[in-house]
Amino acid sequence: MYRYDQYDQSMVDARVDEFRDQVARRLANEITEDQFKPLRLMNGLYLQLHAYMLRVAVPYGTLSGTQMRMLGHIARKYDRGYGHFTTRQNIQYNWIKLSEAPDLLAELATVEMHAIQTSGNCIRNISSDQFAGAAADEVADPRPYAELLRQWSSFHPEFSFLPRKFKIAVIATDVDRAAIQLHDIGLQLVRKDGELGFKVWVGGGMGRTPMIGHVIREFIPARQYLSYCEAVLRVYNRYGRRDNIYKARIKILVHELGAAEFTRQVEAEWAILEPLALDAPQAEYDRIVAQFADPEFDVAAPDSVDRSDPDFALWLDQNVHAHKQPGYAIATISLKPVGGIPGDATADQMDLIADLAARFAHDEIRVTHSQNLVLAHVRKADLYALWTALEGAGLATPNLDLVTDIIACPGLDYCALANARSIPVAQKIAERFADLDRQHDIGELKIKISGCINACGHHHAGHIGILGVDKKGEEAYQLSLGGSGAEDASLAKILGPGFSEAGVVDAVEKVIEAYRVVRSGPGERFLDTYRRVGAEPFKAAVYAPAGATS
Amino acid sequence: MIRLLTGNVLETGDVVWWTGSNWSLALRDAVDVGPDGDALLARTVAAERINDPALVDAEPTRDGPRPRTMRERVRGAGPTVRADLNRPNSIEATA
Ligand code: HEM
Ligand code: SF4
Repeated sequence: MYRYDQYDQSMVDARVDEFRDQVARRLANEITEDQFKPLRLMNGLYLQLHAYMLRVAVPYGTLSGTQMRMLGHIARKYDRGYGHFTTRQNIQYNWIKLSEAPDLLAELATVEMHAIQTSGNCIRNISSDQFAGAAADEVADPRPYAELLRQWSSFHPEFSFLPRKFKIAVIATDVDRAAIQLHDIGLQLVRKDGELGFKVWVGGGMGRTPMIGHVIREFIPARQYLSYCEAVLRVYNRYGRRDNIYKARIKILVHELGAAEFTRQVEAEWAILEPLALDAPQAEYDRIVAQFADPEFDVAAPDSVDRSDPDFALWLDQNVHAHKQPGYAIATISLKPVGGIPGDATADQMDLIADLAARFAHDEIRVTHSQNLVLAHVRKADLYALWTALEGAGLATPNLDLVTDIIACPGLDYCALANARSIPVAQKIAERFADLDRQHDIGELKIKISGCINACGHHHAGHIGILGVDKKGEEAYQLSLGGSGAEDASLAKILGPGFSEAGVVDAVEKVIEAYRVVRSGPGERFLDTYRRVGAEPFKAAVYAPAGATS
Repeated sequence: MIRLLTGNVLETGDVVWWTGSNWSLALRDAVDVGPDGDALLARTVAAERINDPALVDAEPTRDGPRPRTMRERVRGAGPTVRADLNRPNSIEATA
């Protein structure tokens, strides 16, 4: 894992001191809330429905056990004993006091963490593949490149006041676990004629105007990707729509110019930038790459697993993935117990996961965009002991990518922008489909729920997407089908008129029952069935008049 | 219908309701600000001690005021998905 050097640490420490001073001045009424609000937002502190909310960055979703233990400590000391892992691989605390925030941030800084650039119109936390460095099919670990992007984008003076927020994701496999085509910039590390480089997507995003990114370059050599990103940001910074917040994201610029013209402008900008040699020298790449070197794998680790415990075998089949190293596996810890709150973890669970990471996973933990956690390097021989410990803490639900593995934003239970609650809908759907045999029969099905059009819960990318809307003061829900945030990215389409909370749970069940009837066989995923047969059978099932049979 | 004055305490972010003489953490202590609402709101904004102050519509009930919108009811009671964290009944806020 990357360790801060003296520059990283002094930047973060200085920021804590600065914020401490700003908070003191605000509490003494020396500055107004209008003056203070942008300052606190730059430090990740929002005001939500019940209290301040702090969003802590988890760079490319990778944490050490020590950092996870600190997150648990913060949950206990400054919050109400829990935190919420988000679709951007960050963690949010819901009950923070402004007066305590400087102390909290000072404690975070001792483990090389902060909340800088988790809000505002700047380059946000860089996200990545939760299997990075462990996936059997990756070209190389994408995280050194994500780390360099982090350093480049931290306090980048030119990009601190962009037209709007800016999100970058980096992966290194053809399978996309980071939704790169729904980011402002999506980067896929590829190898061409022996050379490492990136395929570049620009202009994806969710929010009220969802769009899939366009490939603007098939290959930019890895040693030049920073200056290329700089060129993209420059074009955006210059021409992005600052006049209209709803049109300010880069996706709108790319859309309005057309991908070809946008690409031409980026290439022209890059032609100016490239000779300036802004890219990091090879030695800096090497320094960072070395910090992401593989842990010392046990080359004698046995490759077989005893599957005689049927509950363990279920978890193995659903939540464990192949590792590049023989004798090792990647284990996903589900934060989606049936009836629980998607993405929430208690301080005790965080401590336990930190302990398990130290014992079984080279002290490393990952956060996934679908709000689960991952231990990336586990000896197969340790999987049973790991599972037993997780099982005891309610962390071994074998439901990865199944119908109960639901993404849900905080919604109206916490969020000041929400129209409707998301979490109770997720809970009711999960309870409806709690039966594991039924879940397995349905197979891969990604339900994603947002409490408003901002789409933090990725509903546009849900196989089944649910959007909370306000209908004359009442909570209501719109159902969409056919979205995907993976390598086969697509945007979900609204099925028809909306529902009440109970109504949308029933509608989801009708959609799923219709799928079981029309699928070509148990191997055809819901998404593939939908793509093959279209919306009609689902519309008929959901909107058929009561009593009618279809 | 009645109108309530609410906001979040600067230091803590806590949700508070205007009781006629002070701020309370308990929605049931909230009073109808009636025609004084706009003046009270302006005074609250100017004092800079309560964030996002707002007037909200509510119905009087036997158990106290019931805000019209789900949003304000959630603010009044706490997250509906964490009954264990629901608001205490009536405590004076320190603001
Ligand atoms: C304080 C609470 C939050 C606020 C105020 C907030 C605000 C917003 C807004 C305004 C947008 C739309 C941006 C645009 O289209 O220009 C957005 C998008 C998004 N947010 Fe949030 N959000 C919050 C919490 C969350 C949480 C909890 C998550 C993860 C579970 C999240 C992840 C995202 C994602 C993935 C998007 C869509 C991607 C995109 O930017 O296009 N946000 N958020
Ligand atoms: S989608 Fe809306 S309700 Fe959900 S967290 Fe984002 S802003 Fe809040």
